[in-house]
Amino acid sequence: MFERIKAIIIKEFKQVLRDPRMKSVILISPIIQIILFGYAANKDIDFIPTAIYDKDNTKESRQLLNQFTFSKYFVPKYYINSEAEEDFMLDKGAVSVVLRIDRGFGRNIKAGNDAAVQLALDGTDSNTAMTIAGYADSIMSAYQYDVLIKDVSALGISLSMPNVDLRQRAWFNENLISRNYYLPGVIASIITIMSLLLTAMAIVREKEIGTMEQLTVSPLRPLELIFGKLLPFGVIALAQTLLITILAILWFHLPFRGSLLLLLLGTCVYLFTTLGAGLLISTNSSTQQEAMMTVFLFYMPTLLLSGFAYPIANMPQVIQWLTVVNPMRYYLVIVRGIFLKGVGMDILWMQILPLLIIGLVMTSMSVLMFKKRLA
Amino acid sequence: MTMNPSMENNQVAVAVNDLEKKFGTFTAVNHINFEVKQGEIFGFLGPNGAGKSTTIRMLCGIYTPTSGSGTVGGFDIVKEQFKIKENIGYMSQKFSLYDDLTVEENIDFYSRIYNIPKNERKKRKDETIELAGIEDFRKSLTSTLSGGWKQRLALGCAIIHKPKIIFLDEPTSGVDPITRANFWDIINKMAAAGRTIFVTTHYMDEAENCNRLVMIYHGTMIAMGTPEEMKTKVMKSDILEIIMPHAENWLDKISQLSSIKETALFGINIHAVTDNAQKAIAELNGLFQSQSLSDYSVNKIKASLEDVFVSLIENYDAEHKEK
Repeated sequence: MFERIKAIIIKEFKQVLRDPRMKSVILISPIIQIILFGYAANKDIDFIPTAIYDKDNTKESRQLLNQFTFSKYFVPKYYINSEAEEDFMLDKGAVSVVLRIDRGFGRNIKAGNDAAVQLALDGTDSNTAMTIAGYADSIMSAYQYDVLIKDVSALGISLSMPNVDLRQRAWFNENLISRNYYLPGVIASIITIMSLLLTAMAIVREKEIGTMEQLTVSPLRPLELIFGKLLPFGVIALAQTLLITILAILWFHLPFRGSLLLLLLGTCVYLFTTLGAGLLISTNSSTQQEAMMTVFLFYMPTLLLSGFAYPIANMPQVIQWLTVVNPMRYYLVIVRGIFLKGVGMDILWMQILPLLIIGLVMTSMSVLMFKKRLA
Repeated sequence: MTMNPSMENNQVAVAVNDLEKKFGTFTAVNHINFEVKQGEIFGFLGPNGAGKSTTIRMLCGIYTPTSGSGTVGGFDIVKEQFKIKENIGYMSQKFSLYDDLTVEENIDFYSRIYNIPKNERKKRKDETIELAGIEDFRKSLTSTLSGGWKQRLALGCAIIHKPKIIFLDEPTSGVDPITRANFWDIINKMAAAGRTIFVTTHYMDEAENCNRLVMIYHGTMIAMGTPEEMKTKVMKSDILEIIMPHAENWLDKISQLSSIKETALFGINIHAVTDNAQKAIAELNGLFQSQSLSDYSVNKIKASLEDVFVSLIENYDAEHKEK
């Protein structure tokens, strides 16, 4: 039995490592992906392209504008002179914000009257727009405070106000760098698609070239074949995980606080589910194209319902229930937990257990389906 | 073809009893019965889609029969599929080798799959390479081998565990005549060594090489016997070969003659099947003379397997049309 599994393992390694195209898919493509997606996976909002429409053009208006442009958030890209331009800039997407100060702003401030400033936002991406509005709000409050202090001191009164200071401190991702949150997810998504694709081709390729028929009349048992196929691809995927993890740490300075051993263990268990799914797809496909299509049909919901980009807690209850069978959901908690929080087995077993169950179901299903396909 | 000495012990290698396989409502194999003796070259003859491969697959433990029973090497084809797989060799026209592995790697792979003891492996490898005649290509990728070499290497890999019973599913389709002849030499040698060969084919010249034949059509056995029996006992009608210019223009007129059962073009000549050769020759002479044709000849010839096969199929079709 072990001799037969060994035969398959040796064969698979030889075939994969001999094919130069396959070698580059396995080695180069994860490197390119982690670097490319690593740069893309950034939701920090700073250096917001801003258009400025200063109709007032007084000392006061310029002072306010300085407050905006000195912050690292707003970068003045255009100075405009008409309302038509204001619309055009936003329509075109040249800027995310148009800051408009109406005539009379400086006069009103000096007279101690209410004065208005208009912030026109591109609200297409509601989250970004809300964050920008928040930044603008705090700049305005600071400005107002300055004005107040100046007015009061002009009257020769010294003002002492009780100050309530909110001290924020973020745990795990101290500088609130969004990339630190997304990169472990990017690693998970690369491993998912790579392991799925590799195994999805594994059985259907042999069906296409006709060697599967020879194997089915040999004493090779379905379970031996499945394990012989799972193991090499598992080892390859594990090596890929190691490679892109090291790259993410060195290149993007992603903190790694947990145990590498635990990460590899969690990855092994996760791979059990994705390789199982890949084999299931492979067993049920008659051509490699069909297998490839199915992989992408499987991958999209796996990714989108995993909490990779959209938090599961925000999903409607029914969809949240659906995510229970999504292996990537658990793996994301594992990678994020190990990278950023440095948590250990005491917490992660709650993720590892469901992964084991899903993996077991997937693999047994592919063995059963394989047997049924033959009959 | 002489009988192999080992056949005299009359041991049964393969036996099927009322075997049937249905895919949905389609009957691929329709209640067939036969026995193959040890050391026999047993031919399974039929057109594409007749049920040849389905039968082989049931015997090799790939398909489970819908009904009926059978044994291969004494093992039950339903209950002991894995026992059967350990004891048979199987090769199909697809040449199941890995193109991206070298010759030696392919052999090593099948050595492990068939659990050849480690100390035996080198010897078996050398034997396989010798059988395929590819000593100079041990380390070459299999994809670089020509069709004939690949085919013999595939056979070598399929029998690396020295099985007593070997199933060959159209092993020679798509290879050149010299390679085919060469391949049949190997088959004959294996049979002489006491191995049972079960081979499917639709080449009539190959069928002549078999000790016994089964003809199968639409999943039904339509004849069984030695090639000689097929041509004499099974085929009760006579065959007349008519040689004449523009034979194709005469096909209709000849088949309208009352003594002629059927006609077919064989190359540029006509083969006419008749139950009464004398009467048919007289009728043909009459027909040709009335058309003032002298440039022709009519001879009674021995039926070829192809004649037998065509005639049996036409009988079958005629019978089933009536129903």
